[in-house]
Amino acid sequence: MTNRPVRAHPYMPNSNRAAHDELMSETGVKSMESLFQQIPADHRISASIDLPPALTSEVSLSRHMHEILSKNVSCEDAVSFLGGGCWRHYVPAVCEEVMGRSEFLTSVWGTPSSDVGRNQAWFEFQSQLGELLALDMVGLPVYSWGCAAGHAIRMASRMTERFEVLVPRYMSPERRSVIENYCEPEEMPSAIRVVEFGVDPDTGCADLADIKDKLSDRTAAIYLENPGFLGVIEQNAAAIGDLAHQAGAELIVGVDPVSLGVLAPPSDYGADIVVGSIQPLGIRMYCGGGLGGFIASRDEERYAREYPTLMISIAETEREGEVAFGNSLFAQCSYGSREEGKDWTGNSVYLWAIGSAVYMSLLGPEGFRELGETILQRAHYCAAQLAEIPGVEVSHSGWFKEFTVNFDGSGKSVSAINEGLRRRGVFGGLDLSGAFPELGESALYCVTEMHTEDDIQHLATALKEVCAQ
Amino acid sequence: MTTSTKMRRYQAPVWDEPVIMETGAPGRRGQLFPAGEGAFASAGTTESLVPKGMQRKSAPALPENSEPDVLRHYLHLSQETLGMMGVNLFGTCTMKYNPRVSEKITARPYVADIHPDQHEDTMQGALEVIHRFDAIMRELSGMDQFVFQAAGGADAAYTQACVTRAYFAAKGELSQRNQIITSIQSHPCNPATAAAAGFEVITLPLEEDGYPSLDALKAAVSDRTAALMINNPDDMGVYNPEIKEWVRVVHEAGGLCFYDHANFNGVMGKIRARELGFDACMFMLHKTFGVPKGGGGPAVGAYGCTAELAPFMPGPLVTEKDGHYSLDDSSDVSTGRVREYLGNVHQVIKAYAWTRAMGAEGLDEACNISVLLNNYMEKRLLKIRGVTRSHPEGEAWRMEMTRYSLGKLFEDTGVTVFDVQNRMVDFGVDAFWLSHEPWVVPEPFTPEAGEMWSKEDIDYWIDVLAQISDEAYSDPEKVKSAPHNQAKAKLKGETLDDPERWATTWRAYKRKWGV
Repeated sequence: MTNRPVRAHPYMPNSNRAAHDELMSETGVKSMESLFQQIPADHRISASIDLPPALTSEVSLSRHMHEILSKNVSCEDAVSFLGGGCWRHYVPAVCEEVMGRSEFLTSVWGTPSSDVGRNQAWFEFQSQLGELLALDMVGLPVYSWGCAAGHAIRMASRMTERFEVLVPRYMSPERRSVIENYCEPEEMPSAIRVVEFGVDPDTGCADLADIKDKLSDRTAAIYLENPGFLGVIEQNAAAIGDLAHQAGAELIVGVDPVSLGVLAPPSDYGADIVVGSIQPLGIRMYCGGGLGGFIASRDEERYAREYPTLMISIAETEREGEVAFGNSLFAQCSYGSREEGKDWTGNSVYLWAIGSAVYMSLLGPEGFRELGETILQRAHYCAAQLAEIPGVEVSHSGWFKEFTVNFDGSGKSVSAINEGLRRRGVFGGLDLSGAFPELGESALYCVTEMHTEDDIQHLATALKEVCAQ
Repeated sequence: MTTSTKMRRYQAPVWDEPVIMETGAPGRRGQLFPAGEGAFASAGTTESLVPKGMQRKSAPALPENSEPDVLRHYLHLSQETLGMMGVNLFGTCTMKYNPRVSEKITARPYVADIHPDQHEDTMQGALEVIHRFDAIMRELSGMDQFVFQAAGGADAAYTQACVTRAYFAAKGELSQRNQIITSIQSHPCNPATAAAAGFEVITLPLEEDGYPSLDALKAAVSDRTAALMINNPDDMGVYNPEIKEWVRVVHEAGGLCFYDHANFNGVMGKIRARELGFDACMFMLHKTFGVPKGGGGPAVGAYGCTAELAPFMPGPLVTEKDGHYSLDDSSDVSTGRVREYLGNVHQVIKAYAWTRAMGAEGLDEACNISVLLNNYMEKRLLKIRGVTRSHPEGEAWRMEMTRYSLGKLFEDTGVTVFDVQNRMVDFGVDAFWLSHEPWVVPEPFTPEAGEMWSKEDIDYWIDVLAQISDEAYSDPEKVKSAPHNQAKAKLKGETLDDPERWATTWRAYKRKWGV
């Protein structure tokens, strides 16, 4: 056993001899060791815990953390064009001020009366997202877009009692892998077969004929993303929805919520369940720690009874005319029903739900429209600059903030180009060549409201140099 | 019993804050964006850049507010959140101090503005922290490899179910080994994730001494057993002394053993999961390792396992060679992602910082204090009228939690455990945790003292409960009609599960309630 620290630890008010003695004497405990009498001796550790020396002073700890983490090169240091599943959008200062409030930061559960402010903020997250999506039912968020898509596909499978889902050829490999996991390997009795439908590499849009071919009475759902992974806005979405419904399947659409000030919400073109990421709504990237996903649908029991998430609902209190916020449909979640519950729930990203609520409140309808247009203009301006560079081709038209750039004409690999860019302070687009070899040497570029003319010029200049080398 | 401490006068802030959807006025703006500025105007407009049929037709009905309006609204909501502002002994969640220095560090661009697909050369700092923390987790558990992708404790349980699938699929035994065994006192996420992964769940009941019998386990295992998923100690503070034998029995049947270390605080630094024979384990960084709860995430379920299971883990894993850190995603038998990218990296960084601030001595001290304080509490709580504990015949000191019952109080006074929760918050004390489903004692509650609260805080919490017990016996209506000092009165729950009345969005509320 290690020795008790000589000085009281700042995080532990009882970490001193006097406090120990007092507590032990009042409790009737003879020795600290005797408290662990339930643990048999042969269960105890074989050798004492060997950790690096404690950094009990905040100043030492702070310096230590800084020394390590300052080895990172951030997207503030470089000009980044990475997206594909995590995006650098602007996070208004008020979002972080609110999320940093100790009441929100450290709350755990509470009651609908004592933690009403947090519950209300959650309800406002659901309500505002519902307006963006034009849907009446929204749950509290899940871990990520991929997890939301996985849950939505499982919901559709339970509703239709069918065990196949059609997904697009081009998807974030990260997200696709999560979905495959949620759909289970074929050995499992409830496995959902994941069937790819084609996406035309020339237009970036779904291949309708291929979808028709692959739809059957086994299809639980078509999962579509809009904009698609290659950035293109899917123009045949309504036709795809019709196909799904004619086959008795659900249409699940994955969507980027920051696009919804300018793009039609998926409910306009027949989506039954809508999923997506909340990270663009006021959450920084945190090396992927900023992710969060949402699930939404029409408010119909058929859907409502399949949600795995916690659902905050507005309701009356005992005081006349007063409302507060509690959990609806709690019995169907895993807390309520263990293995009989819908999938599972637990800690998720509920702090991010508050950040996103603040974000949506700040933007309002006109903010979302303006943001959408700002992004469209910057991204298309950037693409036009790049298209002028010899050996560089922008693959498609009709996209939102991400677009596919092909470098076949440069005779260079994306990996070589990105290395050249990195030396010039630019993080080039996400390399697609490994996951999708048929696209040749292509990369997915992301441009947002964060990019300035100088940033884009910086990229164009660097790219010219690298391609000409 | 009468209280020994003077009760504080507490009143929650009341703002009568409207729902944000009701606020604002047309034309107000909280954020502007530079649309159409400079050279960008030449790129076109929404009308020219978005295909006609896909343009949004009507604007979303979001509120229109100025920036200070929004800030004050959410500040008011934060003030109407008790959370951890008073004393919070929320059992099973191991409420700890969350050092604010970590919040400052992770808000800096070198954490907050890192994209997970950056080249590894540009995230050496983040990868180094992950690698260092992996080493710390290994030392605490005896496991050979950790991964931090799982975005919560339940997600780590799901990870175990996925690793189990991949392991038996590789052996060609997955169709046959389709059962996972757990106990009724395990967290619901264990059976739930096992079932979501496609397994049949076998749940063992408890015996009189507080844990399932070895005989029940022996009867449950077979050549269909894929894994055991179990916590120890359980949420009642009972340590299963036969756990090594359990692991032996499951291994003999060919199954894997997963240790859900949700309740690590009471055994931290005292036992190692691997030394007890387990193949894998999980720590919750948002509980045991000082990362803030955030009202329920972002969280991390740190998943560790043996070298034999490591190839089946979700990737990528962080490796180190000559001081350079890399991402290794090369295993072709990996279960794939359970969640995109590397997980909640900023939370791993906070957990690393917390653990470095504590050191081995600090962890040991925290464990000692949490068990000592729990037993101190037990001694005092059992003197309160109407309070009993589960398995009262057990003579050994409980671990870091004790499961109590207000069944007697309810029988005597008609006051329920929910009423008591609602009354506690009138004193600025966060409502206690009851028990996961199913309840094994009537009207359960489960405080967990942890190491962050002073003796004065703990005494105050106990005094509050004693006062409420007095009230229940003398003036039960006062407790039943609580809360009285909170921002809102008690929620009427009857509409929450009524499809005609539930409303998870303002638009549904307007439609259903005609407001």
